[in-house]
Amino acid sequence: MEIPEEELLAPGHRGCAGCGATIGVRLALKTLGRNTVAVSATGCLEVITTPFPETAWEIPWIHVAFENAGAVASGVESALKAQGKTDVNVVAFVGDGGTADIGMQSLSGAMERDHNLIYICYDNEAYMNTGVQRSGSTPYGASTTTSPNGKVSFGEDKPKKNMPLIMAAHGVPYVATASISYPEDFMKKVKKASEIDGASYIHLNQPCTTGWGYDPSKTIELGRLAVETGSWALYEIVNGEFKVTYKPQIRKPVTDYLNAQRRFKHLSDQQKEKIQEFVDKQCVELGIG
Amino acid sequence: MTKKVMTTNSAVAEAVKLAKPQVIPVYPITPQTSISEKLAEFVANGEIDGEYIKVESEHSALSAALGASGTGVRVFTATSSQGLMLMHEIVFASAGMRAPIVMANANRSISAPLSIWNDQQDSIAQRDSGWIQIYAEDGQEALDSILTAYKISENPKVLLPSMVCLDGFILTHTVEPVDIPSNEEVDRFLPKYVPKHAFLDTDNPMSLGTFTDPNYYMEARYQVQEAMENSVEVIEETNKEFAEIFGRKYGFVEEYKCEDAEIVIVAMGSVCSTLRVCVDDLRERGEKVGLLKVRVYRPFPVEDIKKAVANADKIAVLDKNISFGVGGALFNDIKAKVDVEAYNFIIGLGGRDITPTHIDEIVEKTKNPVNDVTWIGLKR
Repeated sequence: MEIPEEELLAPGHRGCAGCGATIGVRLALKTLGRNTVAVSATGCLEVITTPFPETAWEIPWIHVAFENAGAVASGVESALKAQGKTDVNVVAFVGDGGTADIGMQSLSGAMERDHNLIYICYDNEAYMNTGVQRSGSTPYGASTTTSPNGKVSFGEDKPKKNMPLIMAAHGVPYVATASISYPEDFMKKVKKASEIDGASYIHLNQPCTTGWGYDPSKTIELGRLAVETGSWALYEIVNGEFKVTYKPQIRKPVTDYLNAQRRFKHLSDQQKEKIQEFVDKQCVELGIG
Repeated sequence: MTKKVMTTNSAVAEAVKLAKPQVIPVYPITPQTSISEKLAEFVANGEIDGEYIKVESEHSALSAALGASGTGVRVFTATSSQGLMLMHEIVFASAGMRAPIVMANANRSISAPLSIWNDQQDSIAQRDSGWIQIYAEDGQEALDSILTAYKISENPKVLLPSMVCLDGFILTHTVEPVDIPSNEEVDRFLPKYVPKHAFLDTDNPMSLGTFTDPNYYMEARYQVQEAMENSVEVIEETNKEFAEIFGRKYGFVEEYKCEDAEIVIVAMGSVCSTLRVCVDDLRERGEKVGLLKVRVYRPFPVEDIKKAVANADKIAVLDKNISFGVGGALFNDIKAKVDVEAYNFIIGLGGRDITPTHIDEIVEKTKNPVNDVTWIGLKR
C-alpha cells in the first residue's frame, strides 16, 4: 500500500510526545487528500492543533463546540451540496467524550439523516484533554480521576459503550472499527468510507500516553497489544454485512495489555480474570476466536 | 408586489423564500412550528432551492446553520423559548464566529413553570450574545425585518447574526394583509451572498473556531463590540435602501406623539399596537402621553431614545421579561444610558393579557410612583 508523503496535519502542533490522536488524523488525511473539509469537537485535538494564531491544519477546518460535531458536519456537508461541491470529503474527528457521551444526540441525527460524511471517533477511552476523567467509552476496570480505584472501588465499574454497533443500528452504509497501530487497515477503511455515498462511522482505537500511563515510545505497541489480546477488534459493517478485517493468529492474554498500563495497575488477578472472560466472550461473538 | 392575507409566521416563511437561503436547518417548536412547516413545504415543492436539514434539536439546528454559514452560504433557522435556551451556547458561538445567520424567534416564556404563551424572556436572555435583535410589531414588519436582517448581517462591516423577534401567538398567529415583494425587487435589494472573508474553501484553507489564549481573546471580543457599533450605520443605510425599493420606512425606534408628551411609554413588539390606541384614548381624556416603540434592541439605540424622551417629564418602560431583583431589561438599559425619570412595569409574562385598563394603571403609577419596578396584572 502506497502511503502519500504529504502531511496535511503539520508538525509542530502541541500534541504530547507519543500522541495517538494525531497519528490517526495524519493517516486519515493522507488517504483523503486536500479536497477535504474537517470538523472537530472541543477536545484534545482542537486544543493542540489550533492555538490561535497558529493552526496545524493544511485543509479547511471548523470547530464550534463539544457536543455538536455531528450537526456542524451536517451543515458543512449540506452547504457543499447546495453549492454543487459534491466531490469534497467532509470528515469529523471527534474524541470518545464528544462521541459516546455529550455529542451522541447530534451524531445520531447526522447518521439518521445519512449525510455524505465520514465521522471518525478517536477513542482514547476518557476525557484526556482535561486530565483523564471517565467517559462512556472508558473500559471496565480502568482507573480515571472520576472513576478512581480506592478502598471500596476497582475503578470504572461498567464496560465501554458499544458505539460502532449503535451506529450500525442507524442503518448507515459503512461502519468500521480501526486502530492507529494498523495503518493500512485503517486507511483502507477511510478510503472505503470516502467512496461511499452516505454516512460512515469509523471508531478508531488510539492509545494515550498520559491517560493510559505508559512510556511515549510505546503508543503503537499498546495499540497492537489492544488488538492482539482481543481487547479491541478490527471489523467493518458494509451495508449491514459484518466482516472481521484482522484476526490475531494466537490471541495473547489480556494481562499483556493490562499490565503495560498505569490505569489497570491496581486490578487484582481475579479482576483481570474477569476481564479475560469478558474479552473471550466478545471475541467468540465477533468470530475472532 | 402582491398583497396577501396571512399569519405572521407565513409572512416570515415568504420572506425566507425571497431571501433564497441555501441551507435551512430547523426544528419545530410551538409557536414557531408553522414557520418550519411552511419552509418544509416550499422545499418539498421546489419553491426554495436549498437543503432543508431535519435536525433532531434546536442545538443542532443552530450548529448546522453555523457549519453551513461557515461554508459560505446564506442560511436560515427559527426557534422559540426552550429551543432558544437549548441553542444558547451556539447563539454565542455564532456571533463570536461572525456568522451572518438570520433566525426568527417566536417569543415565548421560559419554563418553569412550563408555558407556551408569550413574553420576551427567551430573546432577552440572549441579549449579551452579540446578535442584532429586532422586535417586530406586525406581519409586514416581520417580513421586512427578515430581508433587512440578511442585508445588515452580511455586511462585511458587521458580520453578526440577527434575530427577528415575534411575539408568540399574539403576532405569530395573527392574520393580516401583508405586501409580498417581488423576486426581482428582493434580488435587487439582497443579491446572492458571497462571503468575502473566512469560510471553508479547499482552495484557500482556513481554520475556523480555534482555541484562543488570553493574548488574543479580548481582541476577538472587542471586534464583536466594534461590529455592533458599525452595525448602527449599516442599519441606517439598509433601512434607507429598503425604503427606496419597497417604500416602507423603518428606524431603530418609532415615536408616536412623543414631541409634547409628559409621559412616554416605552415598549417593544406587538403590544405597541395596543399602546398606540391607548395613547389616543388617554389623550382624549387629557393625559399628555406618547409611545416610543423600540424596534432594534441590539445595537441599543441610545441616541434615538434620548431624542424621543427629551421633552418628557417621566417615562414608563414596559418589560415582558424580568431580571429578578433589578427589573426588566429594557428599563435597566435605558436607566444605564439615558438620564430620565423612569419607572418600570413588568407585564404580560407567560401570555397574561395586556389591556387598556393596565395601561391606565401604568400611567397613573408613573404620575404617582410608589416603586421603581411594579408588576402589572398580578393576582395577589
